[in-house]
Amino acid sequence: MSVPSRPVPSPVAAGERSVTAGTVAGPLGRGGLLLVSVGVLALVAMSSLAVGSETLSFGTAWHELWHETDTEAGSIVRGLRFDRTLVGVCVGAALGLAGALMQALTRNPLADPGLLGVTAGSAAAVVTGITLLGLTAPSQYLWLSLLGAALASVAVYVLGSGSRSAMSPVRLVLAGAAVTAVLTSYVNGLTMLNQQTYDAFRFWVVGTLVNRDLDVLMAALPFLGAGTLLALLLSGALNAVALGDDTSRALGVAAVRTRVATAVAITCLCGAATAVTGPIGFVGLTVPHLARAVVGPDQRWLLPFSMVFAAILLLAADVVGRVVAPSGELQVGIMTAVIGVPVFVFVVRRRKLAQL
Amino acid sequence: MSVLAQGAGRTAVFRGGAVSLRVERRSVVVTALLGVVTVGSLLAALLLGYYTVSIDQVVRAVFSEGTPAEEYIISDLRLPRALTALMVGAALAMSGAIFQTLTRNPLGSPDVIGFDTGAATGALVVMLMLGGSGVLTSVGAGAGGAITAAVVYLLAMHRGSNGFRLVLMGIGVGALLLSVNHFLITRSTLYDAQSAAVWLIGNLAGRGWGHVQLLAPALLVLSVLALRMSRDLRMGELSDDSAAALGLSIERSRVLCVAIGVGLAGVAVAAAGPIAFIALPSPQIARRLTKVPGPNLVPSALVGASLLCLADLAGRELFVPRQVPVGVLTGVVGGLYLVWLLTREWRKDRR
Repeated sequence: MSVPSRPVPSPVAAGERSVTAGTVAGPLGRGGLLLVSVGVLALVAMSSLAVGSETLSFGTAWHELWHETDTEAGSIVRGLRFDRTLVGVCVGAALGLAGALMQALTRNPLADPGLLGVTAGSAAAVVTGITLLGLTAPSQYLWLSLLGAALASVAVYVLGSGSRSAMSPVRLVLAGAAVTAVLTSYVNGLTMLNQQTYDAFRFWVVGTLVNRDLDVLMAALPFLGAGTLLALLLSGALNAVALGDDTSRALGVAAVRTRVATAVAITCLCGAATAVTGPIGFVGLTVPHLARAVVGPDQRWLLPFSMVFAAILLLAADVVGRVVAPSGELQVGIMTAVIGVPVFVFVVRRRKLAQL
Repeated sequence: MSVLAQGAGRTAVFRGGAVSLRVERRSVVVTALLGVVTVGSLLAALLLGYYTVSIDQVVRAVFSEGTPAEEYIISDLRLPRALTALMVGAALAMSGAIFQTLTRNPLGSPDVIGFDTGAATGALVVMLMLGGSGVLTSVGAGAGGAITAAVVYLLAMHRGSNGFRLVLMGIGVGALLLSVNHFLITRSTLYDAQSAAVWLIGNLAGRGWGHVQLLAPALLVLSVLALRMSRDLRMGELSDDSAAALGLSIERSRVLCVAIGVGLAGVAVAAAGPIAFIALPSPQIARRLTKVPGPNLVPSALVGASLLCLADLAGRELFVPRQVPVGVLTGVVGGLYLVWLLTREWRKDRR
């Protein structure tokens, strides 16, 4: 149930590898690999502090981070890049986790965490806010976005669950698709009839880490924390549910309760992440597939790996997006796909796939 | 020809020489009713509007015996637009049915192999980078979609294709192109971005007989091909292994089905832009109405045709004096109908 933090002894890992065919944990074992991934994340986070239009050395960035100096470098590192890095790590991890949970819940490789209506609900609420209340700042979008996400996902759960076959994955997916379609139409209609709304919306909908300071993150943090905790507690139960409702009942796991709790965790994670940065669809959809190809289908490993991989991807995309364009920055929502897709295609092509 | 009744009157089998046809009675009744609904939506699209006309005015106008005003409104404006809507809806729905069966996934649509996103990229490149419009946009969309579908299919080939791998490749490539689309839109001026957005939503305004003449033969050929494949599709719903054991050449029939599905989606996109949410709900709605497994191609096509025709009518008349593009309303019409079907199932479960 808990997240293993020390490396698994290699004989055990070798034995487990033969069970989860098609994974590439390598000689380190999965625990070691997770540690290495966390190390990579730390490295990417350091470069996120150092790299930008004003690039600093790692040493300077490190020094400025811990010492209150009055220099320009200090204000860049502590004032701008630290907040942004923290937001990137939290949002990335949340999206990766939500994506892995969504795929465990629906057993559908096409289901991204936004399919529960979260993204469309946020978008509808934000567009309404822009049009009717004249909001323009990301911090103003936050609560509207959370509210929209919550309302939309409640609608999806109610539609997606019947009392006998409570929340069958197919019906949940269809209900999500239907609610998303209705809300997307609403968004399209409003943005089409109102030019100013469209102008603000087209930048929100890409997803970005720019100008997201700690206040926005702090408001979302309780939801992110609750979602993460719930998800990690559920990982063992999700393994049992994957065997089918009857088998999971025999193993002492209530499938329905697990599904409902999973859905709640997804809404918290994805709703809060979307509220902070705007919708970043790609991460939640693809990172879990990537993680599954590397560590196999065991949720107790898949969930933490998805979190770390997603945080690495999002942060790396943000760093590259800062320097790659000749003028200005490329939004992180755009860069995640540009960086992530080649890796994704490579892994999916090469590996014997561990199916959902 | 003999008719054998089976299974307590649920199915009937027609046998005449080399041809044998097994039909489910409910499926036939539902299909006939859907046919009536489709004709009804066509009539509604002809009759209703700012100038409401009567049925005999329509008949007179169609046979060129009405007043010039009637003939202009009915024959030149409403009829070709409604026919385009019916055909585009049918094409999208059949394409959705094919891809949902092929991938065994209720979320299946031409977009599974990146078609819609690729078509949007093609059109955006033409509109925003090359400054083209009109027919060029359609050509760009068709080319973009077809190239993307081919790339996804080739990338997914790895000692034979595999449904799951195909889906994953489609997700990956689709995501890449989606971010390209977002990039193109955020980098262009507001005016250009908004006209691109109008195209991306999908529109049927101003479709004339030229569109009908191009659509009709293409749709006819593709639907005949699709119907010929429906037996293969039905077997393909089983696992790959069982289908192969039943004598189905998986690889060949999968390539053919993908090609037909992409062709259908391509015809629709070229005529009306990438209209959302017809390909996804139509087969699901048809399947819930007929209660028959399998691709349900004909009922799906009829559902799609009526949905799109009614959505276009609503977009044309509900927001007078403005016309709202049909793509805005398909989500509402199709989405709410699917919601209603799901709640009905929900209530039935309750009992």
